[in-house]
Amino acid sequence: MSSFVQLLVSGLATGAIYALIAVGFTLLWQTSQTINFAQGEFVMLPAFFILAGMNWGAPFWLAVLIGVVISIVVLGFLFKIIVVDPMLRYGVLPLVISTIAFSLLLKESAKDFYSSQAQPFPALVPATDIDVFGAAISTQSLTVLAVAILAVTALHFLLSKTRLGRSMQATAQNPTLARILGIPVQRMVLYTFLINAVLVAIASILISPIYLAKFTNGETLGLAAFTAAIIGGFNQVRGAILGGVILGVLDNLSAAYVSSQYRGAFPLLILIAVILLRPQGLLGRVEERTV
Amino acid sequence: MNRLGALAAAAIFAVTLPFCLKPYGIYLISMWAVLTIAAIGLNLTLGYAGQVSMAQGAFVGIGAYTVALLMQTGCPFALAFLAAGLLCFVLGWILGYPALRVQHHYLAFVTLAFTTLVFLVLRNEEWLTGGTYGINGILRPVLFGWSTRKPLNFYFFSLGVLIILSLATWWLLRSPWGRAFVGLRENPLRAASLGIDTRRYTLMAFAIGSGLGGLSGALYAPLVQYIEPGSFGLSLSFNLLLMVIVGGSGYFFGPYVGALVAVLLPEWTQIAEDYYLIVYAALVMVMMAFCPSGILGLIDRILKLAWRGNRPAPALRTEGASS
Repeated sequence: MSSFVQLLVSGLATGAIYALIAVGFTLLWQTSQTINFAQGEFVMLPAFFILAGMNWGAPFWLAVLIGVVISIVVLGFLFKIIVVDPMLRYGVLPLVISTIAFSLLLKESAKDFYSSQAQPFPALVPATDIDVFGAAISTQSLTVLAVAILAVTALHFLLSKTRLGRSMQATAQNPTLARILGIPVQRMVLYTFLINAVLVAIASILISPIYLAKFTNGETLGLAAFTAAIIGGFNQVRGAILGGVILGVLDNLSAAYVSSQYRGAFPLLILIAVILLRPQGLLGRVEERTV
Repeated sequence: MNRLGALAAAAIFAVTLPFCLKPYGIYLISMWAVLTIAAIGLNLTLGYAGQVSMAQGAFVGIGAYTVALLMQTGCPFALAFLAAGLLCFVLGWILGYPALRVQHHYLAFVTLAFTTLVFLVLRNEEWLTGGTYGINGILRPVLFGWSTRKPLNFYFFSLGVLIILSLATWWLLRSPWGRAFVGLRENPLRAASLGIDTRRYTLMAFAIGSGLGGLSGALYAPLVQYIEPGSFGLSLSFNLLLMVIVGGSGYFFGPYVGALVAVLLPEWTQIAEDYYLIVYAALVMVMMAFCPSGILGLIDRILKLAWRGNRPAPALRTEGASS
């Protein structure tokens, strides 16, 4: 039982990170129909920005700050301006190809300009275990959970309680009408890209101490984000959170109790099952097709 | 006439080129021929049916393992070759069926998941696939007493298969089926209102494309003679996808050009050895922004400008946006 609780908590922690990545992914989809196939690489990269900052002699907190700012500029602003904007007029498919090429670019750049070796990454808190009813819960898992919950709550507050957030929601739901109501639609779309950049940077800081910073990290993380988004519902932020948590818990439990060799397979089987039985996702609504 | 001339020149080039190359050069152009077959298959799915498949690399892998394993049991190559194609066709059908029930980009995600699953099975089922050690010592086939063991012979064998499959694809695209594929691409809504079961034809295009991936794998195994799961991961699928796009998706000869760029250029341009992939990725992004119809689309556009025609080059279609 205690091992079950341990697995559950570490699964929740992994799931919370997946949820952050998946939320950013669905935000981009909702406001600009961007399916970002580079989302995994977006999570891989900020860790390298931070490591580069530390190599320059900056203390960890300053390096984190620099890393987040560079992420916002590169993965938010420049990504929107240089990669997404010129492609939007061609529709969804060319943009998909372009983000695939972008993921290749980011991956190879991290390998060639930093290192092809896995880099150790400082944890936010020292790794110790706390005894909770006989189960040894690692402080790292708890920190990850706390930070992720904080980030998601802040995002939720922003989206539903502020004028800015409601404008963003309006943009996602009906850009034409939003424009008529005087909402600067293009700026709102840009804000979602910036929010996505912050989310992936947070995810990067949380996951890199566990997985180490490695240029290939993006592959599994990206797949996890797509899977979480589809399981939960492509067009719902809540769905992405649920999908991420389900995925993380399932990943850890199946690795422990069923087969560690096939731990990567269970989420994919669930993905295929969801697509077969409930293609709009667990919390999603059926999307109306634009004619 | 011009087009026939270019084709004849390309054919003469393809036949005479290997005589001026070292064995490694011949290996590379054989690889070009083999991967072109997979890219032709993907072009059917992407260029004609407008669906993104990220499983073409996995189908190449399934084809390669099928041939390697069947030949180990003493099965003749021709039979193993056909079995590889058939198995991938059936798997493509089964995989595409649920994904294509749903509109939007679900085939992309399902095929992405499928590629990862195939990789896991190839890696973990050691009793069958040899796990991470892979399978080595795959023999090159002997056809009617003609051994393809020598690099030059194997190249001509691959080229022959490529030509036969190209003719078959050409015929397919001229047949009523092929017309339906093109109809799907040009205007799915109109195709549907003309009584074409769009979902069935899209599925068919995907399954045939997957089958071609399997056939490509069936040649890949005896070409490299050593296969391991890592070769058939997501990166191969991505590379094949980029090949089709770079060459010109929806153009019959797009895959040939794309495979040429992806297989031969990195070896022949030694300038940017380490940074080749970065440059390549950046070029693909620039190309998508300015000319999403690929190199052949660009040539098409230039030719049309030269002839003072004003019809725009066909852009890459999306299945949802145009309906």
